[in-house]
Amino acid sequence: MSVSPVESESAGQQKQHHRIEELESVTIRFAGDSGDGMQLAGTQFTNASAVLGNDVSTLPDFPAEIRAPAGTLAGVSGFQVHFSSRDIHTPGDRLNALVAMNPAALKTNLKDLEPNGILIINSDAFGKNDLQKAGYTSNPLEDGSLKNYRVITIPINTLNRQAVAEVKMSPREVDRCKNFFALGVVYWLYERPLEATLRWIREKFAKNPAVMEANTRSLKAGYNYGETAELLPVHYRVPPASIKPGTYRKITGNEALAIGLVSATTLAEIPLVYATYPITPASDILHFLAGMKRYGVRTIQAEDEIAAIGMAIGASFGGAMGVTGSSGPGICLKAEATGLAVMTELPVVIIDVQRGGPSTGLPTKTEQADLLLAMYGRNGECPVAVVAPCSPADCFTMAFEAVRLAIRYMTPVIYLSDGYLANGAEPWRIPKVEDLPRIKVTHPTQPNSNGNGSAKFLPYKRDERLVREWAVPGTPGLEHRIGGLEKEDVTGNVSYDPQNHEHMVRTRAQKIANIANDIPELEVFGPKSGDLLVVGWGGTYGAIVTAVERAQRKGYSVAHAHLRYLNPMPKNTEQVLKSYKKVLVPELNCGQLRLLLRGIYFVDAIGLNKIQGKPFLVSEIEDKIAEILAK
Amino acid sequence: MSTVSLPTLTAKDLASDQEVRWCPGCGDYSILAQMKKALAGVGIPREKIVFISGIGCSSRFPYYMNTYGMHTIHGRAPTFATGLKVFRPDLSVWVITGDGDGLSIGGNHLIHAIRRNVDIKIILFNNEIYGLTKGQYSPTSRQGTRTKSSPLGSVEHPLRPLSIAIGAEATFVARTIDVDINHLTSILKRASEHKGTAFVEIYQNCKIFNDGVFDYATDKSVKADNTLYLEHGKPLIFGKDRNKGIRLHNLDPEVVTLDGGVSVDDLLIHDERAEEPSLAYLLSRMVYPRFPECMGVFRCIRRPTYEEQVNSQIEETIRTKGKGKLEELFASDDTWVVK
Repeated sequence: MSVSPVESESAGQQKQHHRIEELESVTIRFAGDSGDGMQLAGTQFTNASAVLGNDVSTLPDFPAEIRAPAGTLAGVSGFQVHFSSRDIHTPGDRLNALVAMNPAALKTNLKDLEPNGILIINSDAFGKNDLQKAGYTSNPLEDGSLKNYRVITIPINTLNRQAVAEVKMSPREVDRCKNFFALGVVYWLYERPLEATLRWIREKFAKNPAVMEANTRSLKAGYNYGETAELLPVHYRVPPASIKPGTYRKITGNEALAIGLVSATTLAEIPLVYATYPITPASDILHFLAGMKRYGVRTIQAEDEIAAIGMAIGASFGGAMGVTGSSGPGICLKAEATGLAVMTELPVVIIDVQRGGPSTGLPTKTEQADLLLAMYGRNGECPVAVVAPCSPADCFTMAFEAVRLAIRYMTPVIYLSDGYLANGAEPWRIPKVEDLPRIKVTHPTQPNSNGNGSAKFLPYKRDERLVREWAVPGTPGLEHRIGGLEKEDVTGNVSYDPQNHEHMVRTRAQKIANIANDIPELEVFGPKSGDLLVVGWGGTYGAIVTAVERAQRKGYSVAHAHLRYLNPMPKNTEQVLKSYKKVLVPELNCGQLRLLLRGIYFVDAIGLNKIQGKPFLVSEIEDKIAEILAK
Repeated sequence: MSTVSLPTLTAKDLASDQEVRWCPGCGDYSILAQMKKALAGVGIPREKIVFISGIGCSSRFPYYMNTYGMHTIHGRAPTFATGLKVFRPDLSVWVITGDGDGLSIGGNHLIHAIRRNVDIKIILFNNEIYGLTKGQYSPTSRQGTRTKSSPLGSVEHPLRPLSIAIGAEATFVARTIDVDINHLTSILKRASEHKGTAFVEIYQNCKIFNDGVFDYATDKSVKADNTLYLEHGKPLIFGKDRNKGIRLHNLDPEVVTLDGGVSVDDLLIHDERAEEPSLAYLLSRMVYPRFPECMGVFRCIRRPTYEEQVNSQIEETIRTKGKGKLEELFASDDTWVVK
């Protein structure tokens, strides 16, 4: 072990009292080979920090390959955690600490570490071969290239093997525990309690006592090593955040979405049928829901994307809440069936967890480039409702909204999440069940007309909001046929009449437009008018809100508004947009919301566009605000 | 006398108020008429019946039935039927499809619905042509068929719908002909009674684009020699004089004449309940003119249906672990309290 540039006493000496320094926020990243268990280490660290009362925000970053060749740059997997005693909204721009389990992880991640940042390195993984695989020509641990960081080198493999020597396991299994050793070191460094992780290990490996014991020993050994070896003369404490009182848990976007769907349908007292085809980054939604059989959830792993949406619509025809989930490539395949749901006016929720495109694109990276696909990606005039959550926990709220709008307006609702929201985590204040809305579902049991003296059910008779009734098979006397051919107004019979077609196209559009009467107005954070409004949508919320807050503290006249309802947009959107001299739209695409705002509201919005498969840094938005307002 | 009075429907009760718009002389008229007749006799209330179709001439079918119905998109009808049936086992769900809809654009959904054994009835109208798009060859058109898209004759090898169904692990497979109305009605009734996916191929004449393609099986003067009506437990005998049969020679069927040298005991015996699908598959490969083509139920076995299994997993979990409460779901990870 060596510690530089700070000298430290050797491990054998008597334990000293460490200096404890209090920090407001820390951003740390665990990086290693995709087989090194970095996602697990990061998740456990997040849990421990959340349970301690910190606000947390995470950014997992993993390769598309399940196991790229070990030790290569392509195989590096990372998990970033931002934890704080303040209310935070992003996983952090710069790293205060980096754990690098091998040279490839060091090489790909070092650029994000702040000067004088803490760099924990597994020195056992820096042999000649390892360096070569990562493309190093000299050993960075020896060539002085890391002198601007506080480097802590630890022979993690060696120490971990010693720690679990008494447990009967194969050498391969022993080495798989080393992420827990590294985690233990970091727990010491930031004074995290071990209990939650130890409990997790006990539950997870209940059926494999050897692995349970080994991981337990590794974690404790790492922690004790940090303490005994006095890796740094100081270690850190990040006190609990003062956040709204309540019971909290950590939640990822995909978990929140799954729980939201179950909650909305449970309270609406209708069955949930989730049909999907596995695709990154949406598959976890299926995994979560498949485990919710106690809640009556039916999941179908369909033969393909088209089948999945067909099954969802078929379920809705029968009176269930049909939901399908995918990512961009799958949403393309669902377009025709989405049109059928528009024509048949059946409720269906279509989840798009966006990833980098086009085509197969960047499967594990985030992007917001499916907005126009959601808005217009179908044949014919085919409007649907579009909503987008703005944070991992907001995925719960917007799942509720998607189900509510689908049922209340008998329409497909496209739900635009993204890879960043889906896999990112933050604390979620657990709601009281009695405070949650009850979505009202009505299936008629009586005919709705009495033309020519005989009672009849007219499937396309509408209420004042232009919504038709949801009559389900099994109801005597309401037998009717629906389908993709143009419908005659009111009767729903097939019609090729030109005037009727125009009337129906306009009616379907008006029905979607009427949703604006049923959603909250666009909220503004900051002055109600001024120099600049920053308008965002979806997962960029955290970066924008943080950047705008900072700009406001610097005295800029800037406000933030975030669209969670994209179609229709809130009624006051135009009025909000026109209350500022300039409008900035940061998006992880080439300017899709900007195109809509310019087209719909004739606003000369400025774009800030990033298409790198990564979320915005706060500083990128902050700099753009300053640049615009400096002019 | 039964103490329960089932609603008795007539074929007329099952007719919708929509004008039927198939071409004059189309085989679909007969199928529609026999379907109404068959369903009128099975005792299922009208509101419990759902017809789901894809795209094509046959797929207009739901509009003409006074039941619940959905005319969906090309090739995907089995998916809508699966999503509906999975939580509505109380419904009698019928998929109406054609050779293009079911075997070309929708081939994937067809085989997977069959594989899952969803309790739906899939009726494939096979006219060996694309009618609604005005006469291109289909995946079941015979090689050499001259159409607008194959002016010198189709070079593509046709699919055998029943072989596909059997290959996809079907539990019920049958074939019938549009004009053989009594047989058609009886097969539709059998399909209705089957628990699991019932796959029925109906030879259906397209008057406009492929007229007469099944004449060998319908023309009174020759049909007895060109078709073989299957009966469970009976030897495979056919012919105007009932003097021809099918015998197994090595692994292949062969046509034999019953005379001094060959007796009924030498013939294959039909067994629709055989667990192994080999015999049914062999029958599905018998093609005119080398063989008579088999009509009737090729295969009828019982295997748990998709929805039975899905729903029993749910019921079993609720029975052993209790019905889920949202409070538990919310707290299904470590929680902490902020004061």
